[in-house]
Amino acid sequence: MSHDSTAALSYLQEPKGLKSWLLTVDHKRIGIMYLCAIMFFFFVGGALAVILRTELLRPERILMDADTYNQFFTLHGAIMIFLFIIPSIPAALGNFLLPLMVGAKDVAFPRLNLASWYVYVFGALFCLYSIISGAVDTGWTFYAPYSTTTSTSVISMTLGVFILGFSSIFTGLNFIVTIHKLRMPGMTWFKMPLMVWGLYATAIIQVLATPVLAITLVLLIMERLMGVGIFDPAMGGDPVLFQHFFWFYSHPAVYIMILPGMGIISEVISTFSHRKIFGYKAIAYSSLGIAFVSFLVWGHHMFTSGQSEIAAMIFSFLTFFVGIPSGIKVFNWVTTLYKGSISLETPMIYALMFLFLFMIGGFTGIMLGALALDVHLHDTYFVVAHFHYVMMGGTVMAFLAGIHYWWPKMFGKMYSERWAKVVAVIIFVGFNMTFFTQFILGAKGMPRRYYTYLDQYQPLHGFSSVGAWVLGAGFMIMAVYFIASFWSKRKVGDNPWGALTAEWETSSPPPQHNFLTDPVFKHGPYDYDKIAVVGDYYKQSGGTKMAEKI
Amino acid sequence: MSTTHADAHPKFLQHHFGTAFQQQESSKLGMWLFLLTEVLFFGGLFCAYAVFNAWYPETFVNAHKALSWQLGGLNTMVLIISSVTVALAIRSMQLGKKKLTFNLLAITVLLAFVFLVIKYFEYSHKIHLGQLPGNLYTYTGIEGTNPHLFFSVYFMLTGLHGVHVVAGIIAISWMMYRVHRGDFSAEYYTPIEMTGLYWHLVDLVWIFLFPMLYLIG
Amino acid sequence: MDTTGTFFLPPQNSTVASDIDFLWDFIYWASAAFFVILGVAIFYFIIRYRRRRQGELTTGVAHNLPLEIAWTVIPTILIFFVFVWGFKGYMKLHIAPGDSMEVKVTGQKWFWSFQYPEGASTVNELVVPVDKPVKLLMSSVDVIHSFYVPNFRVKMDVLPNRYTELWFEATAVGDYDLLCTEYCGKGHSEMIGKVRVLGEREFNEWLESAGGMGEGMTPAEYGAQLFKSKACNTCHSIDGSKVVGPSFLNLYNTQQMLTNGQPVMADENYLRESILNPQAKLVAGYDPVMPSYQGVLKDQQIDALIAYIKSLKE
Ligand code: HEA
Ligand code: HEA
Ligand code: HEC
Ligand code: CUA
Ligand SMILES: [Cu+2]
Repeated sequence: MSHDSTAALSYLQEPKGLKSWLLTVDHKRIGIMYLCAIMFFFFVGGALAVILRTELLRPERILMDADTYNQFFTLHGAIMIFLFIIPSIPAALGNFLLPLMVGAKDVAFPRLNLASWYVYVFGALFCLYSIISGAVDTGWTFYAPYSTTTSTSVISMTLGVFILGFSSIFTGLNFIVTIHKLRMPGMTWFKMPLMVWGLYATAIIQVLATPVLAITLVLLIMERLMGVGIFDPAMGGDPVLFQHFFWFYSHPAVYIMILPGMGIISEVISTFSHRKIFGYKAIAYSSLGIAFVSFLVWGHHMFTSGQSEIAAMIFSFLTFFVGIPSGIKVFNWVTTLYKGSISLETPMIYALMFLFLFMIGGFTGIMLGALALDVHLHDTYFVVAHFHYVMMGGTVMAFLAGIHYWWPKMFGKMYSERWAKVVAVIIFVGFNMTFFTQFILGAKGMPRRYYTYLDQYQPLHGFSSVGAWVLGAGFMIMAVYFIASFWSKRKVGDNPWGALTAEWETSSPPPQHNFLTDPVFKHGPYDYDKIAVVGDYYKQSGGTKMAEKI
Repeated sequence: MSTTHADAHPKFLQHHFGTAFQQQESSKLGMWLFLLTEVLFFGGLFCAYAVFNAWYPETFVNAHKALSWQLGGLNTMVLIISSVTVALAIRSMQLGKKKLTFNLLAITVLLAFVFLVIKYFEYSHKIHLGQLPGNLYTYTGIEGTNPHLFFSVYFMLTGLHGVHVVAGIIAISWMMYRVHRGDFSAEYYTPIEMTGLYWHLVDLVWIFLFPMLYLIG
Repeated sequence: MDTTGTFFLPPQNSTVASDIDFLWDFIYWASAAFFVILGVAIFYFIIRYRRRRQGELTTGVAHNLPLEIAWTVIPTILIFFVFVWGFKGYMKLHIAPGDSMEVKVTGQKWFWSFQYPEGASTVNELVVPVDKPVKLLMSSVDVIHSFYVPNFRVKMDVLPNRYTELWFEATAVGDYDLLCTEYCGKGHSEMIGKVRVLGEREFNEWLESAGGMGEGMTPAEYGAQLFKSKACNTCHSIDGSKVVGPSFLNLYNTQQMLTNGQPVMADENYLRESILNPQAKLVAGYDPVMPSYQGVLKDQQIDALIAYIKSLKE
């Protein structure tokens, strides 16, 4: 079939008009729409974080009272988790890339895909409404019975999260079917790029875990509306049951956050080392392994909740088993560098940052999984530091690697490499200032969710707050250079980095139906030992790096 | 959606699929995944049931006597028959018999309504007696601790199931309209098949609910 | 035994602390080793194998069985050790020695109260003897709280529908921070108390006189002491400023406006009722969050508090 009439125009140019965007079923446009939405919420969540860090500069009141502070960290957590990080890589980058990577024209159910975006926006509106109608102060974990008794607008927020769950399920369901049924001829399972494996494992968790969160939130809402008593101790119910339900979703959810990020890292490391990825199958299987084990470890968030010792023992044991496949991935990535042809562009720098920060996050996860030690560390800033290392240091760094990597593909424009590198350094420094400090704070006994604190913790808190400002400054500059790139005159080539996955074979930005001719599988995604590739991003600028002549 | 290549494809085939077979297989896989999420959705409530049944076994045994197993059993029959009729509807569409398909779907919808009517009588009886969830519980005739929890679980489970029955009625009615409009043929009947799968799930959930709630002890 | 604390950890002041810190050290150094090895490898590779020429072919080696076995098996062995240690320590934390002294703990928004079998009761101050195991039997009257003493390395959630247990044996005399680590609302970060560890003799003396009015104290002075020790000060000020609850300054014998629009005279009876049954008459402009002190305060103590409130006049 031929698309000659549209060959010259990209998906950004055609069809035209606002309506064509709002009613689009094109996975690329939906991906871009998701990207805008999640970036908006990242900045909202980040601004909340910077403000709450400022309040923590000193123990006494600086900007707000205790109630407001409690609403701030709740909103920060809930927005970052439900509105930013869970949809971030799958729904924004994944949507854009998955069909391109497997050589399909679209995802399996394009209309469901659009529905997922609208459901997301609808859910987000409920979450935002909760802010104006009195805000929530329960923490993102909504623990009963606090959440069933507080006077804040819990219903609107939990309803929002409930709705967001469906958008996540739709995306996951779509991806699984797309991967099973729509791969281009010749692409067998073990010829798929590892990003696709990552998205596949993620999608499985999205489909299997999210419904449980949904029913949990329904029960919580019912509890508030008509006092069904299931979580209410005064009526014979069990608040710990809520925790079990909540973590049955939310633990697997943390792997919804990290697995697609790990997929990005596999792509970026192999591309910028121009080397066949080491241990392809090990990385692919370990994604599935992590997805599987993740369903069995939720109790490690509840070691001090009074659950039975046997349960605690099993949960701790299985928790450690997530460390093995994660480790296998890390080792394989590092080994991929060996005898490669490594160039350090911005995406690669973020990928290397990911390796270091994720290791620290992972190792501290192991500390938290060790029963006796978790008793000391539970609900302190040590946990806060752990999860920022894996989420911010892991997922967000991977996301940044990905967005810098695919930016030219998505928009056909290049950002300023020099500024991008400067910002990477600022973010690395700011991040560690903010969060490494919190490991020390937590180990020394500083509990989390504290509006004020004992004087002995002040110096460390102060340092951490300064780090947050550095981080904030970094992200501001990043926003500027990304936006500025749209005015860049230079057009990038189809394959700026010289990569071998299928999305680089179409034009940048791709045409409306992805490929001009139906793609067939020609070479593996990582065959750098057979194919010598030169990124046309270099060709254009005469062999020198573009960054050096902004 | 672009219509330029419609000639190469049958009408029902969406542009991003290569073949009708691929499209059908995709729909099926998608539907099964959806059903899986439904099972897990109910799974949460089944867990709550299991926990409280283990905590307050006597209360649960006493409380279930408030339910009428006759009415529950009748409803079970109604749903099983409706499952058969929807299966027959798919079969007859495969054979291209549109009129018969339409009628079988109509019977299914009718049976779904019968189910809801019976459910309505059960509910109104309980509401009348004050056998209600949580705070609203005012009945005094059941011995044991926290009998209201049984009714919390009962109403949540059957209520959620009821919502699914209503959704089923809407979906099947929509299929009737599409059969009437002539969308389907012996070659293309995937949406009816998917709706049928969904309806089987609704039936299946009830088959679990019935012994759990009506026949404990 | 280390009593000054390390770079990361606070001092060890209980019998279990050194075990737990050992586990910390083990994981910490093992992780550091992995981190350094991998980090050095990364830096070495990116320098040694930096891109020198565009479009060069690279090696196709993507397997090395011994290496892959090594990086699966070694971590597995390590985590197995960590698991067993962690579990052993956990069991130790959960099984109180038979001869433990028992104290009942109640968590409540936003203070801790302690009830001794001998009859004494304290608020936000747990007094215990040194070198003797103490078992706490804990429950909450509202939401979930969590009892945490960093220097002892012990923590346990305090739940509203059941009792949870926690035990420790302090190894040094002194005052230690006691914190609430389960988020419980507005006052969560102020739900802070002290564990006072006394020598055997001092403890027994304290236990005998505990909770009583000191010799030569006026009721108002005793009331002032209770105002702090019973945590009234977390919600009430004495300088006229409005906190969670109304200020006590100039409260006595003035008109108060209630939420139902009725005025009420703050006389002795009203003050007593406000303490024992705070929800009965709610002052306008405040939330109904004050807990009842029925059973927590003795009659004499209530009288002392009222005397104290009376004394607060400008
Ligand atoms: C992206 C999200 C993410 C990821 C990937 C992880 C990964 C891990 N997490 Fe984390 N975690 C969170 C997000 C995440 N976590 C959040 C949000 C919370 C708090 C929620 C809240 O309470 O608000 C939390 C809390 C949390 C707790 C509860 C703490 C408490 O409240 O007391 C525990 C306890 O076991 C834990 C453990 C782990 C483990 C073992 C891993 C493992 O997957 C890590 C595996 C990785 C490695 C181990 C590093 C690489 C390995 C090697 C280089 C090989 C060598 C390894 C060995 C020798 C073991 N996490
Ligand atoms: C994806 C997840 C994610 C991400 C990326 C972050 C990012 C950050 N987080 Fe967040 N955090 C959570 C998820 C996340 N957090 C969760 C789940 C909790 C638990 C909540 C709970 O307990 O319920 C939490 C809790 C939490 C706490 C603990 C609060 C407490 O327990 O009392 C703190 C304190 O330091 C903190 C700080 C930060 C900081 C400084 C950043 C920075 O990295 C942010 C950097 C980003 C930006 C700075 C964006 C750029 C924006 C601007 C540049 C605008 C600047 C505007 C102004 C300064 C006005 N977070
Ligand atoms: C958790 C917070 C909290 C604590 C702790 C607390 N109170 Fe209150 N108290 C309040 C609030 C809020 C009000 C106003 C609403 C009401 O009347 O109940 C109040 C009202 C009162 C009043 C009536 C004041 C008036 O203006 O009429 C008295 C007297 C009082 N408290 C005494 C005490 C004493 C004595 C203690 C300690 C033994 C104490 N309170 C501890 C929150 C608290
Ligand atoms: Cu009590 Cu936090
Ligand atoms: Cu977890």
